[in-house]
Amino acid sequence: MLFEEIIFWALSAGAVGAALGVVLLKDVFRSALLLIVLFLSIAGHFVLLAAEFLAVVQVLIYGGAISILIIFAIMLTQNIQQGNLANRLQIPAILLSSLLLAALIFVFLDTDWNLISNYKYETNIVNSAFKDTPATLASLLFENYALAFGLAGGLLLASIIGALSLVRGDQ
Amino acid sequence: MELEYFLVLSAVLLCIGLYGVLVRRNVITVLMSLEIMFTAVTLAAVSMSRHVGTMKLVDSPAVISDPSVLSTLLTGQVLALFIIVVAAAEIALGLGIVIALYRSRDTVDVSQANLMSK
Repeated sequence: MLFEEIIFWALSAGAVGAALGVVLLKDVFRSALLLIVLFLSIAGHFVLLAAEFLAVVQVLIYGGAISILIIFAIMLTQNIQQGNLANRLQIPAILLSSLLLAALIFVFLDTDWNLISNYKYETNIVNSAFKDTPATLASLLFENYALAFGLAGGLLLASIIGALSLVRGDQ
Repeated sequence: MELEYFLVLSAVLLCIGLYGVLVRRNVITVLMSLEIMFTAVTLAAVSMSRHVGTMKLVDSPAVISDPSVLSTLLTGQVLALFIIVVAAAEIALGLGIVIALYRSRDTVDVSQANLMSK
């Protein structure tokens, strides 16, 4: 348990530091690199939460595909030297986000999260459900959420076609 | 690990992302801050899914061992998976719009994207 907590705090420090860097750094390219650090530490959190499949998906899609896309867009727009300017909303934005943070933390710590469900699961059965998460996830995706799964495929196709037609230009 | 640790971490990440979305003028940084917010929500969903599986209940709970009910323990992870899919679609389209904006206006500054207000 102690080992888990050490890992948790290390990953959390990495995630929060990287997120602050993404938002505050002047250099857009360094922000994009720190975003990868954030995604990888969140993948570590997923392993802590017994979601190994999601951790792998996080590394592949976020750490690989999305960050490469972002770096690619930064290269294409060539505006790095201008830096990462802030607009005039800085003080209201700090106020708003710290207010939201205070409210969220108060709600999270004040709620009795043990009242969520009416079921009590036997410990060994719960462990078996969390032991083989990819298989359980697959049965959920292809049985209970089959329609949403198909719609997600349609959404990805539509967004690929949309992005292609946006960047294709005038010809 | 307690559920609250993960929820507070996700709240912190969400608010950092919100600050970035509100303040930054480079539209790519705005998109990256949006990704931070997406990630925070995903973390909350996954930690909630883990919590429902391991919690102890107070009021005369029914003991369940039916596999079909049991697989619903992972609903939070399915939700996280769909969030990741939608975020991937969103970032692809968003960066396409960024590049189209850069081609037509020669800038990635969101405060310069004001064609419709003129």
